[in-house]
Amino acid sequence: MPSTAQPAGKLSPRSIAVWTTVALIGAAGWAMLALARGEEVSAAWMVAAALGSYAIGYRFYARFITTRVLRVDRTRATPAERLDNGIDFHPTDRRVLLGHHFAAIAGAGPLVGPVLAAQMGYLPGTIWIVVGVILAGAVQDMVTLFFSMRRDGKSLGQMAREEIGPVGGAAALLAVLAIMIILLAVLALVVVNALAESPWGTFSIGMTIPIALFMGFYLRVLRPGRVTEVSLIGIALLLFALVAGRWVAESSWADTFTLEPGTLVIWILVYSFIASILPVWMLLAPRDYLSTFMKIGTIGLLAVGVVVTLPTLKMAGITDFAGVGDGPVFAGSLFPFVFITIACGALSGFHALISSGTTPKMIQKETQIRMIGYGSMLMESFVAIMAMVAASIIDPGLYFAMNAPAGVIGDNVQAASEAVRSFGYSISPDQLAAAAKAVEEQSLLSRTGGAPTLAIGVSNIFSEVVGGSGMKAFWYHFAIMFEALFILTALDAGTRVGRFMLQDMLGNVYKPFRRVSWWPGLLLSSAVIVALWGYFLWVGVHEPLGGINQLFPLFGIANQLLAAVALAVCTTLLVKSGRLKWAWVTAVPLAWDAVVTLTASWQKVFSTDPKIGFFQQRADYQEAIDQGKVIAPAKSMDDMHTVVTNSTVDGVLSALFALLVVVVLADAARTCVRAVRDPEGTRMREAPYRKSTLTAPAGLIATKEEKAEMAGMAGSAAAGRSGGGADGDSR
Amino acid sequence: MSAAAADRMVRPVLRAGRWVRWYVRELTDESAYDRYVAHVRRHQGADAEVPSRKEFERRRTDAREGDPREGFRCC
Repeated sequence: MPSTAQPAGKLSPRSIAVWTTVALIGAAGWAMLALARGEEVSAAWMVAAALGSYAIGYRFYARFITTRVLRVDRTRATPAERLDNGIDFHPTDRRVLLGHHFAAIAGAGPLVGPVLAAQMGYLPGTIWIVVGVILAGAVQDMVTLFFSMRRDGKSLGQMAREEIGPVGGAAALLAVLAIMIILLAVLALVVVNALAESPWGTFSIGMTIPIALFMGFYLRVLRPGRVTEVSLIGIALLLFALVAGRWVAESSWADTFTLEPGTLVIWILVYSFIASILPVWMLLAPRDYLSTFMKIGTIGLLAVGVVVTLPTLKMAGITDFAGVGDGPVFAGSLFPFVFITIACGALSGFHALISSGTTPKMIQKETQIRMIGYGSMLMESFVAIMAMVAASIIDPGLYFAMNAPAGVIGDNVQAASEAVRSFGYSISPDQLAAAAKAVEEQSLLSRTGGAPTLAIGVSNIFSEVVGGSGMKAFWYHFAIMFEALFILTALDAGTRVGRFMLQDMLGNVYKPFRRVSWWPGLLLSSAVIVALWGYFLWVGVHEPLGGINQLFPLFGIANQLLAAVALAVCTTLLVKSGRLKWAWVTAVPLAWDAVVTLTASWQKVFSTDPKIGFFQQRADYQEAIDQGKVIAPAKSMDDMHTVVTNSTVDGVLSALFALLVVVVLADAARTCVRAVRDPEGTRMREAPYRKSTLTAPAGLIATKEEKAEMAGMAGSAAAGRSGGGADGDSR
Repeated sequence: MSAAAADRMVRPVLRAGRWVRWYVRELTDESAYDRYVAHVRRHQGADAEVPSRKEFERRRTDAREGDPREGFRCC
């Protein structure tokens, strides 16, 4: 790690040599990926391209932003130091905070998007994931973290309201709520598609509820606060439930746990409603521990698995669907749809909610934002790369059979094999049946949503390291369990957040709503939130055109819309704080994001291709209804009416999202222009400077100078500090 | 093997073990109570009154009830 004491721009011969090597490795990776035509490429090159680029981005671009643009000040006390209360504000070791922050931002998102985007080949998605994270996603996370840290950990919504204005602020708030609804619906849809007709999966996921209840009781009553031991017990029980799932699937109970998608929807809605009104300690807190342990463990295993096995990519670099835009997984051409399908992992607006709020209250030193904000996002981006690897190593024929909507693929292996041939790929009916049998599922046809495809890829990688092909079924269900576990946790937590926001809004009209302990308000607002996302989930499951196909673009647009809000706040703050000449650092990603989001919304609203434009779709189906005709993939008049209703709702939502982006951008632009015209009259709400008395390294590994400085501080302050740090080198 | 050599081999293992334990306790916030007690004692004197661990942990989870945005995780 280069020294922070060294002035930027001056490199020692040794570091020039090191960084040239890193650049060459990355370049070699990109060259192999881009130039390979018609031959299979090793995933090693994808890993090399990504890691090489991340290292360069972290070392040079992120450092440039922290030193020249944000001008982080290591003598300035952070909120954690100034407001230390031993609870939510406390200076946290940078390595611990990196773990916290990474666990909070990385979830199902980076695993799902790349899998769907793989229909255009691995190359467009991979380029966007790597370039997007370096220039946009990680920048957004770090700059938001910086500004929130300078404001005692204010939330994105508060910053939008105070720094841009009430209109932009209200639009941002509405955007967050709308996104939450769509996000929850899409995540729930992923779970439904993964668990439908799968007794093994349904049983093991069902068992997580009693396991979590037990853990909650243990932590509340038996041994309060002993999180590690109860998590280990929980993980052991979870793995047992996973093994037991196979026994159940082979026993006479199998029918009980074989549920249709429609039935699963009801169960998930009932579960989420009840879970969201139970006390946090009962279900949510223990589930959080379980899913965090599983998440970090599985992502770690996957990284090791990919690096150890270095599988071969079977998907083409670029498929024909990239240009024409008639792919079965999602419709639309490469621009703009790859850039909204892959949100998490490249640029995710949601992270701005984590980067403002919890993390800034815990950061020890301003200089650490590069490691925490930028570094964590690079790690998440690597998770997305691994998902891309997992989706690209499976047979492309199987990939399309799993990811095309049921209306296109049919309900038997013969029909599916023919449908896949019509896409230009080939897989025999026997191969399709064998693939399902290998993971002990009844069928893999049209298992959309990304999770099952990812699970197949993961089971291929893991079984090569542990257990051979006999373990494929176990690893497949392990991967399904891991995704479903944290998606169900997100449904509970997300419903609570949505409810909280709704209570806050309704509180403006009728005061008692704001009291979170007022039961009628609590029940009503919880029910409203669950009903809202439940509507989209229900629609998604019964959508003749394929729920993921229709809803995922909306989710992508919504997530990128939130990114636009975050980047607009960052750009406004850069301008207001007199950094106009550096505002391009966030303004360029903002412009790109706005172009992508608005183009996508425009096409979703106005495109005359019924596969893309919602209103064209509506018109076509309505016309057919008037003539008494049924158009495939709809099978009945009821289906036809469903399509008309859904297309209308989805089209209106696309237009609404676009409108919100425009409002936020216009309000931000107004504030920026005013700040440029009248710099004296600009009001910043930054917390005043106070000198820091802490010393801590900026990066993962302390430099020589930092060690010397800390040794000096430790000598003079040894008497004053007691307790706290087990490992001395952080305090 | 001499005692000194054995000590040289065991020490790094023990150190690594202690570091992992410390890291896991910090990451899971299991150390929150100890940290809070140390904080109170440092600011209000060694004999300041502190809540029991059970009491403290209850308050901590119940705080999430008040504002569910604390501890929220992303997709």
